[in-house]
Amino acid sequence: MAHRIGKQTIVFDSKPGILGYYSIAGIKEGEGNFKEYFDCILEDDTNGEKTFEHAERKIFIEAINGAIKKSKLTKNSIDMLLSGDLLNQIISASFAARELDLPYVGLYGACSTMAESLAVGATMIESGAAKNVACATGSHFSSAERQYRFPLELGNQRPPTSQWTVTGSGCTILTNRKCPITIASATFGKVVDYGVNDVNDMGAAMAPAAMSTLIAHFVDTNTNPEDYDLIVTGDLGKLGSEILMDLMEHEGYKLGKNYSDCGQMMFDDSQKSFQGASGAGCSAIVLNSYIIKKMLDGEYKRVLFCATGALLSTLSSQQGDTIPGICHLVEIVKE
Amino acid sequence: MNAETRNKKYNEYVEAKIPKTKNFPTLINSFWVGGLICVIGQGIQDLLMYLFPTMSLEFAGTWMLIILIVLASLLTGLGIFDKIGVFAGAGTIVPITGFSNSITSAAIEYKKEGIIFGMCAKMFTVAGPVIVNGIAASFIVGIIYIIIGV
Repeated sequence: MAHRIGKQTIVFDSKPGILGYYSIAGIKEGEGNFKEYFDCILEDDTNGEKTFEHAERKIFIEAINGAIKKSKLTKNSIDMLLSGDLLNQIISASFAARELDLPYVGLYGACSTMAESLAVGATMIESGAAKNVACATGSHFSSAERQYRFPLELGNQRPPTSQWTVTGSGCTILTNRKCPITIASATFGKVVDYGVNDVNDMGAAMAPAAMSTLIAHFVDTNTNPEDYDLIVTGDLGKLGSEILMDLMEHEGYKLGKNYSDCGQMMFDDSQKSFQGASGAGCSAIVLNSYIIKKMLDGEYKRVLFCATGALLSTLSSQQGDTIPGICHLVEIVKE
Repeated sequence: MNAETRNKKYNEYVEAKIPKTKNFPTLINSFWVGGLICVIGQGIQDLLMYLFPTMSLEFAGTWMLIILIVLASLLTGLGIFDKIGVFAGAGTIVPITGFSNSITSAAIEYKKEGIIFGMCAKMFTVAGPVIVNGIAASFIVGIIYIIIGV
């Protein structure tokens, strides 16, 4: 049975397993550093749909169906769908759920939704509330851009601190069966705000939240960064990860070579995306391709997956509010 | 340390750490592209006056502006303008081409939400402040003009 240790961490004794995983990436992501790992790369960023919002919900459905298929399950055996996205009223997740005919809980953790859904899903499995849970999230560059920023064809320049929202969707199927890769524990993050109000510098806004959750996990589990093969944050980007390393060092934890950030790793330098990738889909497609595959290969045995999110809206920023960040963490282990 | 001091220190630290825009190359690019647009404008005006010798300077200027607006709008629709904009920055934003781009790009973007409440309502989301401030500024200048009486 799940039990709580310390202030924020839940340990899963029955070790909910990762039965299936699936990732769909956009064109630009499909040309980046993880191109060999994705299950599917889009050829057209509207995915054959009329609007980018429709495209986003379609890749959601495809990712969830893909993961169910890869798990060798049928849709009927999925007890619960946990998902969320970045658009207002999480329309991509909810509209995808409408097509899928599954019991659905919509989550909003901005770009931290992948870890949030895994943590909630693992808790459900551990409690016996569900046998198989689909955890999904995604984002689309163009739908995010038009909601949060400017029209796509506007000829403006991006500031050097900016990041590129990932087009992509990832889904993980958690199960109560025995699996080679399991979720060992989860640390739910607190909302942390260090007073950053630059919407073009999300890495700096979210880094303190990542620090808070990581330290909570290390303290609760009595471990150190060296105890893990890989500690990976969601979308802090290049600048944000450097800030996190500085912050952690200041608190007495040194993040070494085992630390990376999905956003920083996504694109290569020629793809001109300044600080790297961001978006809910960023950590989702890296986890559901590269990380899980490397764990199955045995390269990583103990991974801390810490998805980071900025909980702002366009309205809150226009009213001058600072950006609250959050980071949820799941510890993934290969038996 | 209270939250206020912590946030202040953190923001100072971030400010020192963030990469800055490289002024020199960006200024050069915006200068020459902006200059080129002005040269093209002048060329159009001269050509109009050459083709239609009876045309007044003012009238030719108006037609030149219309032609530049249409060209920028066309390039926006073809998906070329934003690429020039990324390269040239203020060089394309400051001339009338930038104004044209800001309206066309918004019109294209919000067409999907319908003609009336999408395209028509949101066409001026970017250009709106420019128009409002432009009108307000000319109003103030007009009043000064009356008072000084030049």
